[in-house]
Amino acid sequence: MLKVTDLKVKYGMIEAIKGISFEVRDGEIVTMIGANGAGKTTTMHAISGLVKAAEGSIKLDDVELTKTPANKIVGMGLAQVPEGRRVFAEQTVEENLILGAYLRKDKAKMAEDMEEVYKLFPRLKERRKQLAGTLSGGEQQMLAMGRALMAKPSILLLDEPSMGLSPLLVSEIFHIIREINDKGTTILLVEQNAKRALAIADRAYVLETGSITLEGTGEELANDERVQKAYLGG
Amino acid sequence: MQFLSYLINGLGLGSVYAIIALGYTMVYGIAKMLNFAHGDIIMIGAYIAFFALTKFALPFPLAVLAAIAVCTMLGVLIERLAYKPLRQAPSLAVLITAIGVSYFLQNGAQILWSSSSKVFPSVISTGSISLGSASVSYLTLLTIATCIVVMICLTLFINRTKTGSAMRACSEDKGASMLMGINVNMIISITFAIGSGLAAIASVLLASTYPSVYPTMGSMPGIKAFTAAVFGGIGSIPGAFIGGLLLGIIEIFAKAYISTQLSDAIVFGVLIVILLIKPTGLLGKKINVKV
Repeated sequence: MLKVTDLKVKYGMIEAIKGISFEVRDGEIVTMIGANGAGKTTTMHAISGLVKAAEGSIKLDDVELTKTPANKIVGMGLAQVPEGRRVFAEQTVEENLILGAYLRKDKAKMAEDMEEVYKLFPRLKERRKQLAGTLSGGEQQMLAMGRALMAKPSILLLDEPSMGLSPLLVSEIFHIIREINDKGTTILLVEQNAKRALAIADRAYVLETGSITLEGTGEELANDERVQKAYLGG
Repeated sequence: MQFLSYLINGLGLGSVYAIIALGYTMVYGIAKMLNFAHGDIIMIGAYIAFFALTKFALPFPLAVLAAIAVCTMLGVLIERLAYKPLRQAPSLAVLITAIGVSYFLQNGAQILWSSSSKVFPSVISTGSISLGSASVSYLTLLTIATCIVVMICLTLFINRTKTGSAMRACSEDKGASMLMGINVNMIISITFAIGSGLAAIASVLLASTYPSVYPTMGSMPGIKAFTAAVFGGIGSIPGAFIGGLLLGIIEIFAKAYISTQLSDAIVFGVLIVILLIKPTGLLGKKINVKV
C-alpha cells in the first residue's frame, strides 16, 4: 500500500534521512521506533508532503507522493495525526472534525462518520461545542485522531500519539488504534514508547539517526537484545 | 452640543480606518506579513472610481464595483508576483518587498496619471440631518453604515462558512491545514482579494470625504489604519474594527479640543501608551512561541 524507497530528506546541508526504505502493506500496523531526533517525524512529514524529499520515492498504491502537493495527499486516502496533536485550538471540536473532512463532498456520509468518531471517542461528543484549546492533552489527542479519521483514510499515520499522556490514557489510545485497524484502516505508527508500539505492531522498523538499522515483526524486535537494551530499558 | 457631532464625525473617520485596518489584520493573521502596499491599493481604487465617474460617466454603484474589481485583482496579483516567491524567506525580506511594492504603485500612478491631484466628484448627497443640536452629513452616516455592514458580513463569512473556517485554520497552523487538504496558497489569495476589495470600498468613502485624488493619498490613511490594527490587536478582526473606530474618535477629539497640528502625534502617543500597557493590543492574543 505504502512503499518508501531510498528516501533522503535534507535540511539545508544536513541530511536528516539518509536513504531509508520500508513498506506498509494493506491492513497492517507497522511501527517505526527510535530515539528523539532519529528522523521519525521528518519521515512522516515527507510522506504527507510537508517537507520535500531530496531523493527517493514514496508510493501510495503506485501514485508517487513526492511530486504531489501536501493538500492533495489527504484526498488520496492518506491522513496524518501529527506530533503534538496540532488541533485548531480556536475552533470547536466539531469544527475541527469538519475540517478533517475538508475535501469530502458527501455531506450525508460525513455526518455518519462524525457519529462513528463520537462512538469511538464519547468524550469528544460531550465537548463538541467546546474550543479545542480548552481540552486536556488526552482529549486533544483523541480529537486529532478523530479529525484524521474524518478524511476516511485507507492508511493512517500516527506520530507519537502517546506523547505526554498518563499511562492510563496511553492504554486507551493504543486500544483505540487497535480498534481503528480492526475496522480496516492500515496504520503506520511512529513512537518513542517502543514497548507499547511493538506490542500492537505486525511489523516494525528501528530508525537511528536517519537510517533504518533493524526490521522485523513486532515480536521479533521486542525480543531482540539490541532493541531491549536501547529502547525497552532492559 | 458640539460633543455629539465630534463623536459622530470621529465614528465616520474611524469607520474608514476600520475598513482599511481589516485588510491589514486579515493579511497579517493568515499570511503573517505586514502588507505596507495596502494603503496604495486605496489610492488605485480612488483613481479607478474617479475615472469611472468622470471619463466613463458610470453611475456611482458601478464605479464602486469597478474599483472593487480592479483592486481585488491587483491585490491577488501583487501577492502572487511579489510575496508568494518569498513564502519561505525571512519576514524582513517580505517587509522590504512590501515597501517596494508600495513605491512601485505610487510611482506607477505618477507616471500614468501625473502627480497633480484630481478633484473627486461629489456624488453622495451633500445634505445632512440634525440629531438634536448636532448636524451629521449623509456621507458620514453612509460611511458608518457601510462599516457596520462590512463588519457583519465579514464576521459571518469567517465564522459560518467552510472557507472562513479554513482561513481560521490557516491562521493557526498552516502545516496542519495542509494535512486537512486545505490549499493554503488559495486561502492566502482569497485573503488578499477580500482585503483589497475592502480597500476599494474605503477608497471611495475616503475620496468622497476628502475629495482629492493623488498618487500618495493612500500613505497616511494606510499608516493610520495599520496603527488601528495594531491598536486593536493585529490579527484580530473585531480588534481592527474597535481599533479603527477608537482611532477615528481620538483623532477628531484631539483636533477639536487640543490642537489640529498635534492630532497625529496624539493618536500615535495613545498607541504607544496602549502598547506599553498591553503589548498585543486591545484584543490581541498572547503569542505563544513554540519551543
